Amino acid sequence: MTNLSSKLSAKDVSVFYNEKKALKSVSLDLLENAVTAFIGPSGCGKSTFLRCFNRMNDVIPSARVEGEILLNGVNINTPDVDPVLLRAQVGMVFQKANPFPKSIYDNIAYGPRIHGLASHKDDLDHIVEDSLKKAGLWAEVSDRLMDQATGLSGGQQQRLCIARAIAVNPSILLMDEPCSALDPIATAVIEELIENLKQRYTIIIVTHSMQQAARISQKAAYFHLGNLVEYGDTKQIFTNPTHEQTEAYISGKIG
Amino acid sequence: MTDFASLSIEERTAHLKATLIKRHAKERRLKIYGLIAIGFALAFLVTLLTTVVSNGYTALQQTEIRLKLDIPVAELVDDAGMIDAKKSANFNWDGMLKKALRQEFPDVKGMMDRRKLSELLSANAGFELRQEIEAKGRIDTPSGYFWVKSSDDVDMLMKGRMSREIPEDQRRLSDVQIGWVDQLIAADAIQKVFNKSFFTKADSREPESAGILGAVVGSALALIVTVVLALPMAVMAAIYLEYFAKPGRLTDLIEVNINNLAAVPSIVFGLLGLSVFLGFFGMPRSAPLVGGMVLALMTLPTIIIATRASIRAVPSSIRDAALGIGASPMQAAMHHILPLAAPGILTGTIIGLAQALGETAPLIMIGMVAFIVDVPDGLTSPATALPVQIFIWSDSAERAFYERSSLAIVVLLMFLITMNLTAVYLRRKLERKW
Repeated sequence: MTNLSSKLSAKDVSVFYNEKKALKSVSLDLLENAVTAFIGPSGCGKSTFLRCFNRMNDVIPSARVEGEILLNGVNINTPDVDPVLLRAQVGMVFQKANPFPKSIYDNIAYGPRIHGLASHKDDLDHIVEDSLKKAGLWAEVSDRLMDQATGLSGGQQQRLCIARAIAVNPSILLMDEPCSALDPIATAVIEELIENLKQRYTIIIVTHSMQQAARISQKAAYFHLGNLVEYGDTKQIFTNPTHEQTEAYISGKIG
Repeated sequence: MTDFASLSIEERTAHLKATLIKRHAKERRLKIYGLIAIGFALAFLVTLLTTVVSNGYTALQQTEIRLKLDIPVAELVDDAGMIDAKKSANFNWDGMLKKALRQEFPDVKGMMDRRKLSELLSANAGFELRQEIEAKGRIDTPSGYFWVKSSDDVDMLMKGRMSREIPEDQRRLSDVQIGWVDQLIAADAIQKVFNKSFFTKADSREPESAGILGAVVGSALALIVTVVLALPMAVMAAIYLEYFAKPGRLTDLIEVNINNLAAVPSIVFGLLGLSVFLGFFGMPRSAPLVGGMVLALMTLPTIIIATRASIRAVPSSIRDAALGIGASPMQAAMHHILPLAAPGILTGTIIGLAQALGETAPLIMIGMVAFIVDVPDGLTSPATALPVQIFIWSDSAERAFYERSSLAIVVLLMFLITMNLTAVYLRRKLERKW
C-alpha cells in the first residue's frame, strides 16, 4: 500500500434500504489528490457507497447508513454533522447532467450565493469565471453566460455541473457515472478534465466502463453484491487481480 | 386451431386479411361510440347554453315610461341653489310621478282605477329619480319629458313574456292596464333601454331595480380571502408532505384524509363554518370574510393535490443538484422546485377558485343567502355571492326575476369560462419540457 495520507476513509459502512442490506461492512482508505474508481456490476452498491460520502442517502427516506465515514478524522455519519456543511466540502456530479433551468451564470453562482462565498458582484463574477475555466468550459460559453444552461450540449452541460460543483470550493469531488450519457468525444473531454482536476481535488468516480477506469484512475475498488471484493492500485487490479471474481468481471466473463 | 406453419404464404395472407377486416371494423365501431358520446355531451351543452341565453338576454333591457314633469325646484333647493337633502327627503316624489301619469290619462277616474294606473310605474321610480337628482346636486331642466322605469309587469308585457291571450284573472295586468300600455305605445311614450341597473346595483325587492353588482363584489371579496388563505397553506402543506414528512402511519393518514377531504360535500364545509367560525368564534354573519374562509377550507385539498402533482413532476435530479452543492432542503424547495412547479400550482389554484366561485351550499349555511340591497364595501359587511343570488332569484315568484337569474347565470358562466381559459393559457405558456 502507499504511504500517502488519506483524507477520507470508510469504516464498516453498511447501507440498508428498508431491511435490505445494499452495502455490507465496507472499509477503505481513499488516496488524496488521486482518482479512485468504483467498479462492479449494476446493483453492486457502488453508487450507494459513493452517496455515503456526502450523505446524499439522507434524501432517500428508506435508506439507513451504519458505520463511520471519516473526513479528516471526523466521523461525518452522525446527526451532529450538518449535511449542508458537508456537501459544501464534498461536491457531487450526477449521472445525468442536471443543470438548473436558469442561465449559465446563475447555475455556477447559485452555490457561492447560498454559502455566502462572494460578498461582492465582482467576487461572484470572478468565481464563475474561475470555475468555468477549471472545468474547461470558459472558452465555449464566456460570451453567452446569460443564456439558458439547458441549451448547452450534453457534454457541455456535464462540464457545467462540474464547474458548479467546484464553484463552492470543495476538497473532494464525487462523480456518479458522469459520462454514461455522453458520446466518446465528450467523454474524452471530461476524462481530460478529471485528469487536471485531480491535482486539486480528491476524486471518486463510479463508472461502468472498464476502459475509463483503467485510463483515469490510480486506485480501483471492485464491488459485488454489496461487498467490497478488491481494492488496490488500478494497474495491479487490471493486470493481476487477486480475486477470481474481479478477474472474471474485468475480462468480461460476468457483469 | 389452424396450423399456420403448414399453410402457404397465400393462405396465410388471406387469413391475416380476414382477421384484419374484423379488427378494422371493431376500431370503426369504437370510434363511432366515442363520437356519439361527444355528440350527446355537446348537445346537452348547447341546450343548456341556448336555454339560459334565450331566457336571459331580455334582461339586458328595461322598459321605461315617458312622463311630462314639472319639478318644483323651489321646494327642493337651499339658498345656494343646490339640492337640500332634507327637503328632498320630505318631498313626495312618487306622488309627483303618479300625478304626471294621471295627466297622460285624463279619463281615468275613481280610486281603484287611479291605483291601477299607478301600478304601471315601478314602485322604486320615485326613489330612483330622487337618488339621481340628489347625486347630481342640482336640477338643470326642471320641466320637460323624463323617462322613468315601468313596473316589472309592464316590462314583461313589452318583452312578450306575458301573454295577452290568457284569461284576465290569471294575468298580473288587467285588460284596462294593457289598454293603457297600448295607448302609451301608440303615443311613443314607452321604450326599452339598456338595463344599467342590472350591472350597477345590488339586489332589490323590485325586479326592475335588482342588479348583480352586489353579488359580484361579494363573490370577488370572498375569493380574495380564499386565495390569500388557501394558496400559501396548500403550497406549504404540499411541500411538507412531499419532502419533509417522515413516511409512516401518521403521514399516510394525513394523505388519505386530504384526498377524502376533496370529496366531502360542500354543505359539510358550510356547516363546519357555521358552527366553528360563526358559533364558536362569533364572526359576523353573511360576511365575505367567513365565506372566503369556508371556501378556502373547501379549496385547500384541491390545491394541495395539484401542488403535490406538480412538485412531483419536477425531476428529482434538480433537487439532487441543489442538495449536492449544499442547499438546505428548504432552499432546494424554495429556490428550485417551487418556481418550476409554479405553472401547475397556478392552474390548480385557478381551477380550485373556479370551483369555489360556483359554490352555493356552504355560503347559504353561513348566511350569505340574505337579502342585501347594498353593494358590500368591506370583508365584514353583509354580502351575497353570485351563485347564491341566482338561487335567490330563481326562487322568486316574479317572472322578471326569472329572466334576471338566467342572465346572472350567463354572467357566472362567463366568469368561470374566463378563469378556466386563463388556466389553460397559463399551462400552455409556462409548460416546460424536460
